[in-house]
Amino acid sequence: MDPASAGWALTVALFLPLLGAGILTMMPARLDREIRLAAVGITAVSFALVSLIALGFDYGDSGRLQFTTDVGWISAIDARYSIGIDGISLPLFFLTYLLTLLCAIYTTRILPSPGKPKAFLSLMLMLQTGMAGTFVAFDLILFFIFWELVLVPMFFMIGMWGGPRRDYASVKFFLYTLFGSVFMLVAFLAIYFQAGATTWNIQELSAMAPFGSATFQTWAFLGIFLGFAIKVPMWPFHTWLPDAHTEAPTVGSVLLAGVLLKMGTYGFVRIALPILPEGAVRFAPLIGVLAVIGIVYGALCCLAQTDIKRLIAFSSVGHMGFVMLGIAAMNEAGIQAALFGNIAHGVITGMLFFLAGSLHERFHTREFGELGGGLLIKLPRYGVLLTYVAVASLGLPGLAGFWGEFAAMWAAISPGAGLMASYEGLYLTLVIFAAIGTVLTAGYFLWMLQRVNLGRPLPKWADEPLDDVMAIEWVSWTPLLLLILALGIFPRLVFGVQDAAVSQIVGFLGG
Amino acid sequence: MPIDFLAIAPEIALTVTALLVLAADLALRGDAKQLVNPITALGTVVALVFTVVLWGQDRVTFNGMFVVDDYAVIFKVLFLGTLLAVLGISWRFFAEGRYFQGEYYFLLITAFIGMLIMPSARDLLLLFVALETVSIPAFVMVGLRKRDLYSSEASMKFFLVGVLSVAFMLFGMSMVYGFTGTTDLAGIAAAIGAGPSPDPLLLASVLLVIVGFGFKIAAVPFHFWAPDTYAGAPMPVAAMLAVASKAAGFAGMIAVAFIAFEPLADVWAPLLGVLAILTMSIGNLIALQQRDLIRLLAYSSIAQAGYMLIPFGLAQPGNVAVNDAAVQAVLFYLIAYAVMNVGAFGVAIAVNRRTGLRSIGDYSGLGERNPLMAVAMTVFLLSLGGAPPTVGLFAKLAIIEAVTVEVTGFGLVLATFLVINSVIAFSYYLKVVRTMWMGAAPVDAPVLQPGFNLSAVVVVLMLGTVLLGILPGLVSDFSALTSVQAAP
Repeated sequence: MDPASAGWALTVALFLPLLGAGILTMMPARLDREIRLAAVGITAVSFALVSLIALGFDYGDSGRLQFTTDVGWISAIDARYSIGIDGISLPLFFLTYLLTLLCAIYTTRILPSPGKPKAFLSLMLMLQTGMAGTFVAFDLILFFIFWELVLVPMFFMIGMWGGPRRDYASVKFFLYTLFGSVFMLVAFLAIYFQAGATTWNIQELSAMAPFGSATFQTWAFLGIFLGFAIKVPMWPFHTWLPDAHTEAPTVGSVLLAGVLLKMGTYGFVRIALPILPEGAVRFAPLIGVLAVIGIVYGALCCLAQTDIKRLIAFSSVGHMGFVMLGIAAMNEAGIQAALFGNIAHGVITGMLFFLAGSLHERFHTREFGELGGGLLIKLPRYGVLLTYVAVASLGLPGLAGFWGEFAAMWAAISPGAGLMASYEGLYLTLVIFAAIGTVLTAGYFLWMLQRVNLGRPLPKWADEPLDDVMAIEWVSWTPLLLLILALGIFPRLVFGVQDAAVSQIVGFLGG
Repeated sequence: MPIDFLAIAPEIALTVTALLVLAADLALRGDAKQLVNPITALGTVVALVFTVVLWGQDRVTFNGMFVVDDYAVIFKVLFLGTLLAVLGISWRFFAEGRYFQGEYYFLLITAFIGMLIMPSARDLLLLFVALETVSIPAFVMVGLRKRDLYSSEASMKFFLVGVLSVAFMLFGMSMVYGFTGTTDLAGIAAAIGAGPSPDPLLLASVLLVIVGFGFKIAAVPFHFWAPDTYAGAPMPVAAMLAVASKAAGFAGMIAVAFIAFEPLADVWAPLLGVLAILTMSIGNLIALQQRDLIRLLAYSSIAQAGYMLIPFGLAQPGNVAVNDAAVQAVLFYLIAYAVMNVGAFGVAIAVNRRTGLRSIGDYSGLGERNPLMAVAMTVFLLSLGGAPPTVGLFAKLAIIEAVTVEVTGFGLVLATFLVINSVIAFSYYLKVVRTMWMGAAPVDAPVLQPGFNLSAVVVVLMLGTVLLGILPGLVSDFSALTSVQAAP
């Protein structure tokens, strides 16, 4: 596929899931099996198309926007339908389609009460278009539409298929994220008018930057910061996350951790940094401090959890802290690390949520006390997988989790964009605390493994016939398990793709 | 000066229809009486055709009192479209209830004649006549359920408050005439602009006129009638009041504020801005507490009026760019609001008709019982809140955009309140959505029989809400070209 002329492919890939959602709603609800297979079909075709796009992508020129479409949309406000894909978008875009496909496969067998695969899968496909669109939209208004589009399906996913506290969690998720994004919208409009009210195009605005006074940059960045920081989520805006993640059904948690959170960090790198470079540099130390608080705080919270899913949810706060630390470094290595950490966290934590969901399917509890130990004896294959993924998550070299965290700390020692001169001491302190965070992270994951995997099974589970990893689970998990290893051994898979595009972003930051 | 009959053709078409309806009501007996509904619809379509023909023509008649520019045409299309939708949701409701159908449709058309005149009126007297033509039939329509105490109470309350507000307005208008010596809107603006710094008494009378319209759009603190009246009135009438009558109030307010009193914008703009903040905040906060869906929609529409008042708070004397943007934002919001709010009332009627159910709890499990209505209600409520991909998002965007045309501190305060209020509003819209989808259906829940007309209206409005949410240009390409102007 030729990246210069095949712009249609991206649009088709983007709206195919939405079309699929429409098809699913037309199908009669009693065709339970057919609906689930249709969803797999739709996500598989979309994934195949995205794979073709990834194959056709010109990796030699990954800083340039490819597969572009740019047509008029709302002429009254100059908003355009402009989409494209570059080295920063591609890995996240690909991950979105991969995870959704795996979730669809997983759902063919496993769906929490009240069932209703038709509604569930339609929402999931709607969600897919929203998530994917965020990563390829290059018009601020279009970006915002896709950004907000994910709220409604996720709200229903949590609210209808979630755990006991789903009512509270779904509303909290919705209102909290909405609160941030409306401020972001105001900031977008301010940027638009400050830049002459002619374009919403992210690249054109980046090229024009910096514009506006220092005060303008500060306020506009603050607005955008609220929107993205809540989505990431950064401490202290993270409180919606443990609730949403814990209550959401497995597929919802996987997509939340795997893709939704990435929208926030992606937004920082794609929009906030290049368009408001002065504001970004001014806020960088603050972002760094909040990020490191998140790392340590997340790890401490994990140590206090008794619910395995909630533990994984809090571990996200810590991991996203490393991602944000990379961004706060404001240099090439830092942003590379952040984007790599994004992907790695998506793959690993997505996989962890799959595992937690399957554990719940079998034991109908996620409490460590009730689970007891001895998983390696009771369900040996499952136990090994849990060990593998947990070890990847704590950042063992050779697996995916390592590169993002290591590189983020390495980058933060010598921050770019002139921050080195005035904040050297602060950043060094941050790195030290982040390093302590990695130790704590290793601590709680090992503790989790000790409580779940080691020892002997509780008597009440000893005679219970429980399935070890099922065929459908192998199918939907294997790609992620392989990716964890592949990204650990060949980090260039992601670093290489992003390289040129990240250089550009750093170029906008100056100094 | 001869009368330009084409310019008033839509009004004439509706007037003829009103007379036909009266005659048909006399001639028809029993079940056949419900045929007045399609007769009315036909007349509305004729009026709509005449209105669309007038696009881009800029006609002026009655010595400059009556102007048909693109701004007026858009308003008229909005009113006639709303009328068609109200007719659709009225048919079964009035055919099955024990109502006098002929009276209802006659009064409905009469009120809409007043609305059609409103955006064209460029004279205080004509504005006043138009407003009364909207109000007086509405007093009667609210009380149409004659044997229902609530309906009578609603009608009485509405009547007293309405008359009071008209008295305010008329008093203000007479004083304005005394100061400026004219009732022509442009003439008033010229007289105010030419004079020295305006008399405090003139300022007071300007505010009185604006307050009169404040009652009509149910802005805080003139909103007390609205929830009781909506709850007591027959539901289609409530829909009409919440949408069309409110839009008419805005049309009148735009005319006096942005034409006649434009030179005094630095006096009334901050005041209306504060009213906007109060209206949206109080409307939303009280809506949080509601258990009756119609009352919830009533407070929600008060809050929505607050959003639409924001652009008024931005006005500056002589600043054409800002003022035009403000008017366009209100216009776009009104169109979006009409589509989503009539739709929401439509679903409420589908649930309420025959069963009398109206509390939010009665919507429990609607997703199971009637997925179409539940999906439609979800779309309407999300749109009222401003979630994509619905037109409600672009309506809010239009208002924030008007704020950012020329950023002022006060504008930012207004935008912040809009943003915070959108979040508050979502919590009660979501409450209904959650009840519909996540609540269990009661075992003895009655089967809904919305009927074809109502379903068709609801489906069309739902598709419209989503379509305009994807391609807002279908409206904004037109509304962005308009500006409210005096007669040339």
